[in-house]
Amino acid sequence: MRYFEDTEIGSRQILGTHVFTREEIISFAQQFDPQPFHVDDAAARRSQFGALCASGWHTAAMWMKCFVAHQTNSIAEAKARGEVVVGAGPSPGFKNLHWLKPVYVGDTITFATEVKDKQATRSRPQWGLLTAYNTGVNQHGDLVLDFESTVFLQRRP
Amino acid sequence: MPELFWEDFVEGDVKTFGSHTVTEAEIIDFARQFDPQPMHLDHAAGAASMLGGLAASGWHSCAIMMRLICDGFLLRAAGMGSPGVTETRWREPVHPGDVVTLRRTILESRTSKSRPEMGLVTFRFELLKTGGTVAVDQVVVVMFGRRNPGARLA
Repeated sequence: MRYFEDTEIGSRQILGTHVFTREEIISFAQQFDPQPFHVDDAAARRSQFGALCASGWHTAAMWMKCFVAHQTNSIAEAKARGEVVVGAGPSPGFKNLHWLKPVYVGDTITFATEVKDKQATRSRPQWGLLTAYNTGVNQHGDLVLDFESTVFLQRRP
Repeated sequence: MPELFWEDFVEGDVKTFGSHTVTEAEIIDFARQFDPQPMHLDHAAGAASMLGGLAASGWHSCAIMMRLICDGFLLRAAGMGSPGVTETRWREPVHPGDVVTLRRTILESRTSKSRPEMGLVTFRFELLKTGGTVAVDQVVVVMFGRRNPGARLA
């Protein structure tokens, strides 16, 4: 991650792509969200979704996986160039998360993030708070997930 | 057949559901799969972070809360999915050994003009730690089938 001061509002990054398999959709749902349309083909066909689809939390968690993988690669590349790199801090939360379309078995979702805003924090002067707009888009170009996240970034010492 | 329909969710109702003891193994397992940041994988890295010790990914906390929602009432209800989450605040970290429960507050209930077969309920879900500390505070809308589709409200 870059320092708070070096992060530009408007910069957008494609984080990665993931193909959702039947096995992982069912496995996640059995553990965390066993609603019939996430674990059972026949029940899903009868539901408003029409076919087995991923838990919305599975889709969101997969955005996070791609985000972390992307940051890890960026840090490794920056280190290789001899730059000083810092890890991101924790996140206080997110807003306006929309599950816009179901994610079905075999769907390929491309995840992205865009920097929307930066704010200094009074209570933690060594940290700044970054707001990002995050998305997941399927192979048809349909937005399936979007949300606004916040994360603490270190300020230049 | 579901036992609970949109009509059964009454504004102002507050209830607590379930209990789950969060283990180190499940924190690390979820983090390896979805959020492999050091503070979710390693005690020393967690202790050095703002979280003050190995702590669950915020997405894991949301997933644990979802399971409590399912087991608490959603699997007995005519749930039709959710359009999304208005806000989630990760207020306190969840550490190994924490015992968490779900507190559900019904904020709003409304019908849908375009889809008379369903109604929408806005919930505040809070993941509570022992002693009542709120770890996760979330406002989310869930769609439910109606027992009496299209009936006029009293």
